[in-house]
Amino acid sequence: MVKLISKIPDGPLAQKWTKYKASVKLVNPANKKKLEIIVIGTGLSGAGAASALGELGYSVKNFCYQDSPRRAHSVAAQGGINAAKNYQGDGDSIYRLFYDMIKGGDYRAREGNVYRAAEVSNEVIDHYTALGVPFARDYGGTLNTRSFGGVQVSRTFYSSGQTGQQCLLGAYSSLNRQIKNGNVTMYPRREMLDLVLIDGKARGIIARNLLTGEIERHAAHAVVLATGGYGTIYYMSTLAVNSNASAAWKAHKKGAFFANPSFVQIHPTCVPQLNEFQSKLTLMSESLRNDGRVWVPKTKGEDRAANEIPEEDRDYFLERRYPAFGNLVPRDVASRATKERCDAGFGVGETGLAVNLDFRDSIKKQGKKAIENKYGNLFEMYKTITGIDPYEEPMRIYPAGHYTMGGLWVDYELMTTIPGLYAIGEVNFSDHGANRLGASSLMQASGDGYFILPNTINNYLADEIRVPKISTDKPEFEETEKAVVERLNKLISIKGKQTASSFHKRLGKIMWDYCGMIRNEEGLKKALVLIRELKEEFWRDLIVPGTYSELNMELEKAGRVADYFELAELLVTDALNRNESCGAHFREEFQTPDGEALRNDEKYTYVAAWEYAGEGKPYIMHKEELKFEEVEMKVRSYK
Amino acid sequence: MKLTLKIWRQKNAKAKGTFVIYKMDNVSPEMAFLEMLDSLNKKLVEEDKDPVAFDHDCREGICGSCGMYINGHPHGPVPAITTCHLSMRYFKEGDTIWIEPWRAKPFPVIKDLIVDRAAFDKIQIAGGFISVNTGAAPEANSILIRKKKSDDAFDSAICIGCGACVAACKNASAMLFVSAKISQFALLPQGRIEAKERVKAMVEKMDEVGFGNCSNSGACEAECPKQIKLTNIARLNREYFKAY
Repeated sequence: MVKLISKIPDGPLAQKWTKYKASVKLVNPANKKKLEIIVIGTGLSGAGAASALGELGYSVKNFCYQDSPRRAHSVAAQGGINAAKNYQGDGDSIYRLFYDMIKGGDYRAREGNVYRAAEVSNEVIDHYTALGVPFARDYGGTLNTRSFGGVQVSRTFYSSGQTGQQCLLGAYSSLNRQIKNGNVTMYPRREMLDLVLIDGKARGIIARNLLTGEIERHAAHAVVLATGGYGTIYYMSTLAVNSNASAAWKAHKKGAFFANPSFVQIHPTCVPQLNEFQSKLTLMSESLRNDGRVWVPKTKGEDRAANEIPEEDRDYFLERRYPAFGNLVPRDVASRATKERCDAGFGVGETGLAVNLDFRDSIKKQGKKAIENKYGNLFEMYKTITGIDPYEEPMRIYPAGHYTMGGLWVDYELMTTIPGLYAIGEVNFSDHGANRLGASSLMQASGDGYFILPNTINNYLADEIRVPKISTDKPEFEETEKAVVERLNKLISIKGKQTASSFHKRLGKIMWDYCGMIRNEEGLKKALVLIRELKEEFWRDLIVPGTYSELNMELEKAGRVADYFELAELLVTDALNRNESCGAHFREEFQTPDGEALRNDEKYTYVAAWEYAGEGKPYIMHKEELKFEEVEMKVRSYK
Repeated sequence: MKLTLKIWRQKNAKAKGTFVIYKMDNVSPEMAFLEMLDSLNKKLVEEDKDPVAFDHDCREGICGSCGMYINGHPHGPVPAITTCHLSMRYFKEGDTIWIEPWRAKPFPVIKDLIVDRAAFDKIQIAGGFISVNTGAAPEANSILIRKKKSDDAFDSAICIGCGACVAACKNASAMLFVSAKISQFALLPQGRIEAKERVKAMVEKMDEVGFGNCSNSGACEAECPKQIKLTNIARLNREYFKAY
């Protein structure tokens, strides 16, 4: 029986990380060369970790499914990256960033981890700046910041509306330097299909070369997953269409616990669905809510064009409901308020599933040029997609699946419940509780990759220095590879009639309808039945042309969708278990009279970490009780 | 809409490719171009046929994965967008659309519309970085940079590495791609320190992996989905001459 030990160091909150670093075991430079580490994924956490571990002298193998590490989905983050620099002198500090994250996460994250994330945020900004990331600057040459949702300070560093791209290209450049120096070997167009355990420790992976179909074995002393979130379980989301949970899911089935899977963030400001063939929903950065005002008409069935509707007939519902934070309430709050207005019949557009995000007043006040400087590329993108010019008319927006706070359970050292298997960035559950605040995703991914893992992994590897290079001829590799090939053949041999994407689309609809922004017991129970039925149909009627030993994109999709069927069940199971509303997890049965989330701290102040018990067996839940020593638990109010 | 697609199909790098004709009925003008291809692939897969292979990922114009020649233009006839952002609104009833992979010697075809762009990574590995170790960075505001310089560096840094510039160029030159990175770092004080070594290494690698030279016709700038400017190439040349 695995016991959950979070390994939070003793002592005052602000001293924990310093103390940890000063007392952790080290590996001498000569031994580092002999130790191999596999890193899966090349986003900010993966490329950051591979770079930093390479710099330290470890032998790193870095994998990604894209043709180049520069395309990992961190590239698409728009608005910015938080740090507690207090460059504005507006009262910011590491403590306040920590506090905002704890509160924003609705008191469902670990204090120790969150404080550390806030602590390393400043080093992250220093590092990216040194790497040549062109963050926005003021005329005096210093760095500029802007505000994001759920906070009252300005601590978000940005590069126009493409901060993720600029940070990722910075991380890609540091990765390239290590590739050149021979410390990192890059394996693009590879998909991890299983984890190999030897004597209970993570010792390697089975990967498929996506160009040739060749099944490969790769061994290492430790394996790091940096594979991102599972938001594409909703089929349409703001994620890249090939983003997937398969590596994490395979690790889960090998013994890594999955924590709080039902904590999924639905982002309030996305371009609404335009047609039935649509493959993704495009995010419009939260930063737009700095200058854009969200509104719907006060009367149902309003038929005037948005610009014709006078002030007195507009309902600025976020400003009305949340006067203190206004349009900058956290994402979960804004999403639910948007859904509430649309469900009540006040939505705009042909479908009624959209609200206005209006820049008229800001353009009048600051001038078109100022707005263009801040959001130029976002406005262009919106116009490209919809054909509507947001300088002239309000944008139309609607929520979409975006970020998953849940993920593989990790301890303070970012190690999963499998010894030697680490999870960093969005794939772990650790820092955002039940809801993530804007611009803290890039912050956490970079912090995990560059600054935290390269310290904590030494503590494990220090005891591995006598372990020689691991051979891929061992029977564990043989067996795992055999199982992988069997599954690939099984997917191909069904020869039914429906494509993987069509199943994915239907699964996504079940998840969106019953386990999206608002959930209830009846709906969740119904979802479980529907998921199982559809899963059975999938394994009976899927069609995948070709073989596994060639480039076969349909096979890639099929494998990912097959895993999503399993994860979907766990996600719903977790949502059913949590009889409270907290953060992004909103259960209709648990709300205040004015429709706000009603937490149950007495019963649910814990992390639900789920253990896979085997095919068809019920999941086993392990509780990690959360202790709040520094922060007093309060009702999370943005009014 | 009814459309005729003429798509380049090629089994692998060694096989001989050819255009295959597909008749499309029901194309909605609301579809994105790649969604139109998705619908074709859905039909092919349902018939147990090999779907058209193409690279794509973020579908919001930033990852640089997608890229194909559409009616003679990289990323299609609409300026300043990637293929994934191309809407079917721009086509009309009865149109014939020619779809081909990037054609350039350093980008060999892998299958159908997928090409191998590893040559781009090789150039970046040669020198597209600033040598600073994690933890060694000075306090961010200790490096002051004129806003104009920083903004210009950003304008160069937004290259997505899609390869449209190479595909558009009659010489298959990668000068716009290389110059964007060179410019970004040349404009910033952090990048000046190893500017000479960087430009030499990247240009040498660019030549080695088989990209052609620049003859200033400007097709790259015209077709770049991120509107990277030709002046970057002028800066690359200046940096290169300064390095010797």
